[in-house]
Amino acid sequence: MNTLALKKVLLLGSGGLRIGQAGEFDYSGSQAIKALKEENIEVVLVNPNIATVQTDPNMADKVYLQPLNSDIVTNIIEKEQPDAILLGFGGQTALNLGLKLADLGVLAKHNVKVLGTSTKSIKLAEDRALFKQELQTIEIKTPVSVCVDTVEDALTAAKEIGFPVMVRSGFTLGGMGSGIIHNPQDLRKLAQATLSGAPHILVEEYLCGWSEFEYEIIRDVDGNTLTICNMENMDPMGIHTGESIVVAPSQSLTNEQYHFLRKISLDVANHFGIIGECNIQFAFNLNTGDYRVIEINPRLSRSSALASKATGYPLAFVATKLALGYRLHEIKNSITQKTCAFFEPALDYIVVKIPRWDTHKLRAAERFIGTEMKSVGEVMAIGRTFPEALQKAVGMLNIGANDLTDYPYPIDNPTNEIAHATDRRLFALYNFFKNGGSTEEAHTLSKINLWFLHHVHSIAMLAKQLNEQTLDQNLLLAAKRLGCTDKSIAKITQQTEADIRQLRLQHGITPYIKQIDTLAGEFDAQTNYLYLTYHGCEHDLAPSSQPAVIVLGSGPYSIGSSVEFDWCGVNTSRTLRRLGEQSIIINSNPETVSTDYDESDRLYFEQLSFERVQDIADFENLKGIIVSVGGQVANNLALPLHEAGYPILGTAAQSINQAENRQLFSSLLNKLHIDQPAWSTADSIDNAQEFAAQVGYPVLIRPSFVLSGAAMNIVFNDTEMQQYLEEASLVSPDHPVVISKFIQNAKELQIDGVADHGNVIVEAISEHIENAGVHSGDATIVMPPQRLYLETIRNTKKIMRKIVKALNITGPFNIQFLAKDNKVRVIECNLRASRSFPFASKVANHNFIAVSTEIMLDRYKPAAYETLELDYVGVKSPQFSYNRLKGANPVAHVEMASTGEVACLGDNLLQAFYHSWQATEKFIDRKKIFLSIGGDKKSTLLNYIKKLAELDWEIFTTGGTHDFLAVNGVASLHVFKASKNIEPSVASIVAQRKVDLIINIPNKNRNYNHQQTSDGYLIRRLAIDHNIPLITNLQSALLTLQCLTELDPNDLAIKSWQEFIGENA
Amino acid sequence: MAMNAAKLVLKTGECFHGLSPVWVNNPIGGEIVFNTSMVGYVEALTDPSYAGQILTFTYPLIGNYGVPTGDAWQSKKIQARGMVVSELADFHAHPDAKYSLYEWCEQQGLPIITGVDTRAVTKVLRHQGVVAGAITPADQPFTNFPNINDTNLVADVSITAPLEYGSGDKTVILVDCGMKTSILKCLQQYPIKIKRVPYNYDFTSEPYDGVLISNGPGDPQMCTETIKILQAALTNAKPMFGICLGSQLMALAIGAQTYKLGFGHRAQNHPCMDLTSGRCYLTSQNHGYSIKEDTLPNEWKVWFKHLNDDTVQGIRHQTLPHFAVQFHPEAMPGPVDTQWIFDKFYQTL
Repeated sequence: MNTLALKKVLLLGSGGLRIGQAGEFDYSGSQAIKALKEENIEVVLVNPNIATVQTDPNMADKVYLQPLNSDIVTNIIEKEQPDAILLGFGGQTALNLGLKLADLGVLAKHNVKVLGTSTKSIKLAEDRALFKQELQTIEIKTPVSVCVDTVEDALTAAKEIGFPVMVRSGFTLGGMGSGIIHNPQDLRKLAQATLSGAPHILVEEYLCGWSEFEYEIIRDVDGNTLTICNMENMDPMGIHTGESIVVAPSQSLTNEQYHFLRKISLDVANHFGIIGECNIQFAFNLNTGDYRVIEINPRLSRSSALASKATGYPLAFVATKLALGYRLHEIKNSITQKTCAFFEPALDYIVVKIPRWDTHKLRAAERFIGTEMKSVGEVMAIGRTFPEALQKAVGMLNIGANDLTDYPYPIDNPTNEIAHATDRRLFALYNFFKNGGSTEEAHTLSKINLWFLHHVHSIAMLAKQLNEQTLDQNLLLAAKRLGCTDKSIAKITQQTEADIRQLRLQHGITPYIKQIDTLAGEFDAQTNYLYLTYHGCEHDLAPSSQPAVIVLGSGPYSIGSSVEFDWCGVNTSRTLRRLGEQSIIINSNPETVSTDYDESDRLYFEQLSFERVQDIADFENLKGIIVSVGGQVANNLALPLHEAGYPILGTAAQSINQAENRQLFSSLLNKLHIDQPAWSTADSIDNAQEFAAQVGYPVLIRPSFVLSGAAMNIVFNDTEMQQYLEEASLVSPDHPVVISKFIQNAKELQIDGVADHGNVIVEAISEHIENAGVHSGDATIVMPPQRLYLETIRNTKKIMRKIVKALNITGPFNIQFLAKDNKVRVIECNLRASRSFPFASKVANHNFIAVSTEIMLDRYKPAAYETLELDYVGVKSPQFSYNRLKGANPVAHVEMASTGEVACLGDNLLQAFYHSWQATEKFIDRKKIFLSIGGDKKSTLLNYIKKLAELDWEIFTTGGTHDFLAVNGVASLHVFKASKNIEPSVASIVAQRKVDLIINIPNKNRNYNHQQTSDGYLIRRLAIDHNIPLITNLQSALLTLQCLTELDPNDLAIKSWQEFIGENA
Repeated sequence: MAMNAAKLVLKTGECFHGLSPVWVNNPIGGEIVFNTSMVGYVEALTDPSYAGQILTFTYPLIGNYGVPTGDAWQSKKIQARGMVVSELADFHAHPDAKYSLYEWCEQQGLPIITGVDTRAVTKVLRHQGVVAGAITPADQPFTNFPNINDTNLVADVSITAPLEYGSGDKTVILVDCGMKTSILKCLQQYPIKIKRVPYNYDFTSEPYDGVLISNGPGDPQMCTETIKILQAALTNAKPMFGICLGSQLMALAIGAQTYKLGFGHRAQNHPCMDLTSGRCYLTSQNHGYSIKEDTLPNEWKVWFKHLNDDTVQGIRHQTLPHFAVQFHPEAMPGPVDTQWIFDKFYQTL
């Protein structure tokens, strides 16, 4: 029971999604809130991630959409006076912040009790040196390692241990600043970079080729301890666990080994006095039986989210109850409702997780994977054999491969990518086997356990059989049991997907629906957590008795499709249930709230593919399918599902197609007399240049994604056009490019809305801070607009109404506009919920998804909505993860690069903007700034730079900027460009952290080539690598400088969402 | 792997199709039970408690780490009468493995059926309790379902003559009712002399310091000889420790009763609470019978209780060092969290 008699608990979230810390913490935070609410405890949540479910009004009692830094949280603690705080549910961000608050004495001063594992234990577990010492006292082995705090000591240590060595830094998420180092030169480089941001680093023995296992542990106040799930990494030591393909449960451990590692897990958790959840990672040598404990995470983690979804055991919920003082046996197993939480799940299936990388989208970022995390999301597949689950997972990735057999891109040198792992090593292995490579060779190259390789090999052999033999019932069944998709089988056997489906149904080859019940069927459990398999002979349950609505989820998080679509899915499902409808969610992403089995009446943890959605729709008692809340992947299924005869709820599939198809949409706009930037397709460089000559440079080029996944770009002249298109042979008659006139210095606006049969019901207009040229997903967005002419707003709305009417929209929509000189042009229109739906909904305090769902179900009751006249301002800022991607050029441009977003409310634009900017992990402590500003942009900023000088800011500049400021009477400290190799240089002042903010604005919005050597690039990269706030856009620089010179940091209102909304009411 | 069409038929009429290796020519009948463990198939198959039973694994990938020799084996051979799996791994890559599961089963002549929806089988057993059944070639009918619990299975799996191990001041009688070798190994950690005796060996007239009664197969009430010997032994105050079937035999010896559970407990994840301390333990279990709580004599108390179904999982005498557990503190397969009970036994000697 809640023995602590708590009334009010502060919960720290994790902020914007970034590499290493993604949506899994919305899952853990949301479960924590549910668990606290069940105890009637008042919950105060601090999390600026507005797109999360946990920041919804019906979750925590008070939500602070505020930066997660110690100043602001201290302020909130003073104001709210909570009894206790939870640190384990917001990733490393919350944990570090909590430790800081404890160290500052804030928690003690306000009598805020830390629930769960004590801060003392957290510190012991997190500090690698202390951690190793502690484990030594209980005779548990950790890698041989030396803790150093200087570069020289690192070199000495490495010499003693012997190269190669592993370098790690403590207190980081996702293994940042770590790597396998083969020589002193590289060590010097890495040590320098890492030590600038971390107090010390560890030089460790390198356990190359050892297998890697993880256990998820829970422990209660009495010391009752369990491991809920064990997992095995397919990729052996050397690849970060977040970068590895992972299976659960382990496949290579014998009973004795399984329980040997389990016992160590329990001993470690007991030693550290964990209360709640904890994760432990092992290196294990299958040949010798030797082991090392690599690390523990004394908090909910990405792995625990995966374990929770893999087993059906609600780890975060249980961990919360444990933190409140419950014992494990006092908590019910919410899946079975009969048994208690003190048990270890037994799986009767196998789970495979594959990370989702978007390295190709981030220019110059390397494809190699290793000890640092680069992936942006993950998928989880469930099957009854490894190949079945593996291939299902591949299809879930949405990277163009339906399964292992049809990776769309050529892999020139598979051997190399097997030996030096890249994001597509799995496909390289498949290719290698297909071309006659042996599993032994692959094992020698990769050190991957032969067991895994054997199964990949068997898939390659089956593909050969499909190619060579007639597709009879047995072969088709064998292919389906190995997880091959109809589409791939069709490709190999030169038929259509529909042919294969028909053949399959003829032979009675259909998948069976199985429940995940945590107990392998031992007890009768009324669970709605489901997956499909071809290894079965019966369904576990009957179709839904009441006609049900299928909601298609978002699939894996990736750049451009993030937690916002999970929010949309969850809110759709919640609305359906509120309306008394049966809701069925299909999703494949373990880092989500929508895959919590209590968020829908049925949860299919399955592929969002045409084939699988049909399988489910055919089985279920179907009322209709909602395709408009899961982002583009779900949206793309609208037309095929409609054509196959399945009922799509909301806007008709033909209308969706009309908006998606560039040609159709363009004709529609012409018919409606709506302006759009001139555009054309071109199938050769000549064609392209001809069009550019007509409309004038610059132009925006969109290559066909199929070819290489190449990025969009803006080019300013013929030479650039030629260079760009030739670079990767981006244009051909088979793969024409789309070219449109790029309008410079235009403002971007967008409208998110919901319509009913062509009538707009609610809409929210917002403006971008950055001028056009920055992808809308990377833009800073203000709602309601603060600097738009009323006439522009009026024109925009008129256009919106025309489009909504013409497409007869029923449900969510988003239209993006360009505005320049009072002229409004339409850039694009999506007939689905957009990335900004949660932002618009929470700023306006009208749940757009609820309205949309009601409309789609014909259950809408008219109401009035105010979205423009608000007494406060909301600002949404992009969260980038450039620090995770070595070499990536950190300048926002036409191709989206941000991995997440945050949003804050404020009394005015400046307040909201400044908090929102800070909430993307930016913190300015001292009045020290570095400026390097291209061309005429200097004069735009001059006034504010003058003010900075008046306010005693120390200003560092390079050549051009320095001279410009001098002429204009502003003194600045001149430093040399990095390329000049003269001190003081930009490189050294950044490396020595002599500045707290860097403004570097490139001359032109152009960066199609990597320009890895340019001085601008070097400055930006240095800023990122040394964790110093960086601004590269003129309009955001302007606003930031305004904030720094006009806002009194001590006078910023720290108000909860409820307070802002209340003031407006 | 050359395979023939085969089926698993239950006495209650259900039939599941699958494949059997070509060397499975004749139908084999037994009691169909299921186990939800994800590792430990070697330990389970060699556990004499499975004598007479056809073991269904709910975990769908069995054989992944092959078959090691040595400590994993709980007896010298496969004891289960048959095996039902969803997929029989034809490949393993574990350095400790000597055979693949397939090869091993072939060597040992174990009838197996693969390609079966083991979850479907489990659901049938869960609903109607364990039943007799058979693995048979697809074209052969089977009607002669055995009732294994009518026979004294313990007699089949116990040893025939005493064996001695170790040395020390203290002597422990280890009654082998179908003992798992890991019980012996757990005892061998201590500096004691162990005399392992057949199930019907009367040790009461010999000098000894403590008795451990092992696990074993079938209905405890069939072991009348052992029960009588235990009754005699219980008249003195020497320590006695029963495991699994051993605990049921002790219960019967003190006049309590046992009954057959619906579908038994066969798993590694069964939660029990030590009622004396309130601590919870995850235990490995393999039993089809249980002790009736309300038939325990006054001087006996329930020691451990199952957290899911409240069944008795351990009993202890209020004053004397007589105690027993229904689960397997020796693990193998399963969690090792209750091995301290062996320490406790040793300390009472």
